[in-house]
Amino acid sequence: MTYLPKVMMLVAGLGLAACTNPDRFNEGAYGAGGAGYGAGANGGMVPGSANDPTSSAYFNQAIGDRVLFSVDQSTLSPQAQATLDAQAQWLMTNSDYLAVIEGHADEQGTREYNIALGARRANAVMEYLISKGVASSRLRQISYGKERPVEICSEEACYAKNRRAVTVISMGMTS
Amino acid sequence: MTRLLAFILAPALAVAGMAAPALAQNGPLRIEITEGVIEPLPFAVPDFVAESGDAGQYAQQISRLIAEDLTGTGLFREIPRDAHISRVSNFSSPVQFSDWKAINAQALITGAVSSDGAGRLTAKFRVWDVFAGSELGQGMQFSATADGWRRLAHKVADQVYSRITGESGYFDSRVVFVSETGPKDERAKRLAVMDYDGANVQFLTSSNSIVIAPRFSPNGDRVLYTSYETGEPRIHVLDVGSVQSRILPTSDGVMSFAPRFSPDGSQLLYSMTRGSNTDIYAMDINSGQTRQLTTAPSIETGASFSPDGSRIVFESDRSGSQQLYVMPVSGGEPTRISFGQGRYGTPVWSPRGDLIAFTKQNAGRFHIGVMRTDGSEERLLTASFLDEGPTWAPNGRVLMFARETQGATGSSSLYTVDVSGRNLKRVRTPDGASDPSWGPLQ
Repeated sequence: MTYLPKVMMLVAGLGLAACTNPDRFNEGAYGAGGAGYGAGANGGMVPGSANDPTSSAYFNQAIGDRVLFSVDQSTLSPQAQATLDAQAQWLMTNSDYLAVIEGHADEQGTREYNIALGARRANAVMEYLISKGVASSRLRQISYGKERPVEICSEEACYAKNRRAVTVISMGMTS
Repeated sequence: MTRLLAFILAPALAVAGMAAPALAQNGPLRIEITEGVIEPLPFAVPDFVAESGDAGQYAQQISRLIAEDLTGTGLFREIPRDAHISRVSNFSSPVQFSDWKAINAQALITGAVSSDGAGRLTAKFRVWDVFAGSELGQGMQFSATADGWRRLAHKVADQVYSRITGESGYFDSRVVFVSETGPKDERAKRLAVMDYDGANVQFLTSSNSIVIAPRFSPNGDRVLYTSYETGEPRIHVLDVGSVQSRILPTSDGVMSFAPRFSPDGSQLLYSMTRGSNTDIYAMDINSGQTRQLTTAPSIETGASFSPDGSRIVFESDRSGSQQLYVMPVSGGEPTRISFGQGRYGTPVWSPRGDLIAFTKQNAGRFHIGVMRTDGSEERLLTASFLDEGPTWAPNGRVLMFARETQGATGSSSLYTVDVSGRNLKRVRTPDGASDPSWGPLQ
C-alpha cells in the first residue's frame, strides 16, 4: 500500500476523526472533504466515509478508481469507459481534487518495456478524462511498470487486476 | 603482457613480474573456447605456501578460491587435494612433474603468500604445463591489503584462465544489481554492488524509493540507474567511490529511464516518455546536451551501444510487438533484426561485438538468448517462468541475468550461463537480486 501514501493518510485521518468525534457529526464539520452536502438530508452520513459523495473513499469505492486492460494493450474497454465517464463527472463536480493517473503492468513483461506500457495505459485514461471535460492541469500521469502489483499470484486472475490504471485523487496540492 | 600494465595502474593493487619474460608457449596446454562440448581440463592447485607465520589462513583461502573460480567456468576440473602425491612446501623447489602426471593433472598452479606484518598480503604464483614439463607464462605476484585477499585469488585465477584459454578472464570484476527483500506487493529495492561471485555485497542506496536497472560505466567508476525518489522515474548517476549520486538533467515532469553508458563513458542512451510515446535519446553526461534518436509513435526503449560506439540496438513495438532493431548512432532508418516467434527485449551488445543478448518471451516462457548482430543464428540459452535482463561478462563469454520464480512467494535471483548455453549457475546473494550489470575486469 506504499504507493498511495497521501490518499491513505487522508482517508485514515478522516475515518479516525469520524470515529473519535461522533458528536461533531451534526455540527457541519465535514473535515477536509466537506463540500457542504446537505447534512440534514443525509442523517447517517459520515464525512469522509464511502457514503460521503465528496470523499476520496466514495470516489475509490463507489465510482471506482481503476480500470483494467488486456495483455500488452492500452485500449479502453466499454466497461473502462463507463468507469472513466463517472470519474470525469465526479472530478468536474469536485473541482478541488487533483488526480495522478498511475499506469501498471503485470509481471509478464520486461521491466523497462512495462514502464513504457504503463505510461501508455495511464495516458489513455488521462486523455479520456480530458476529452470528457476534466482540465488537463488537474491531471498528471506516472507509470510503475510491474513494480507495484496489487495481486501476487502468477495466474491470469492476478495478472488481470495488475494490468491497471488507477486514478489517485488528492486535495488541492500536487505531489 | 599488456595486462600487466593495466594491473600496475590499478590503485589498490601493486603488481610486478617475478621472472624474466618467458617465450610464448604453444604447447598442448590449451583450451579453445568453442561452441562444441568440451571436456573440462584437469588441474591441481595445492595449498599455497605460507611464507610468513600470519599468512597461513590466507594461503589456503586464496588457493581454494582460485580453484573455485576455475571450476566455476565449467572449463576446468580440479584434481582433489587428497589425490595429490607431491607436497609443495617451498615455492622455489623444482616441480615433480611425474607426480602430477600420475594423477592426470594437466595444469598445475603453485604459489605462496606472505604478509608484511602491516596488513598487506603478497601472493605469487606459477602455472605449469605438466605434460610438457615446463612453465606456462611467467611467475607473477600481486599485493593487496588483507581484506582484499579475494581479489588476489581472482587475479591469479584470471591469469591462469587467460594463459590457458588465450582470452581475458572475468573473475576480478564486480556486478551492480538491485537487492530485493519482501513479498512481491511490498518489495523493497536497494542498489548494491558485489564481486562477480556474490561476495562482498555493499549497498549503494537506501530502500526508501524504487530503484531499477543500474548500469556500470565502462571503467566501473560510475553507475547509471533509475529511481522514483522524486516521485517519477528519473535517471541518476552515482559515483561508486564516494557513493554520491545526482539526477541527470532530463526534462522535468517527464519519465526517463533505461539508461546505458556509451563505450567511452561520456554519453548515455536513455528513454523518455511523453504522453503515451516513449523514444530513445542520447545525452552528453558533462554538458547535459540531449539528442533524440527515434521518433516513431511506438515504444522505443532498452537501447545499448555497439562496442565501437557507432551503432545502437534497441527494442520497439512499432511492428505491433516488441522486436529488436539496429541503427547508426548518427541517426537513420532502424533495421529490424529479430524475426522469430514471440517478443524480444533488453538487447545488449557483446563486448566482443559479435553477438547481441536479449530477453525473449514466447508461449508463456521467458528465455535469455543471443543472436548475431544481423539477427542470424538466434540461440536460446535458458528457459523459465521469468528470465530477464542479460549482462555480459567483460570477456563476452558468460551472461548474468535475473530469474524470478513463479507464484505468490516468488523471488528473484541472479544466474550465470555460458554463451554456449552450458554451465547454468545461481550466484549466491544474501537477499533477492535482480537487474545485474557486470562491470569491467579490474
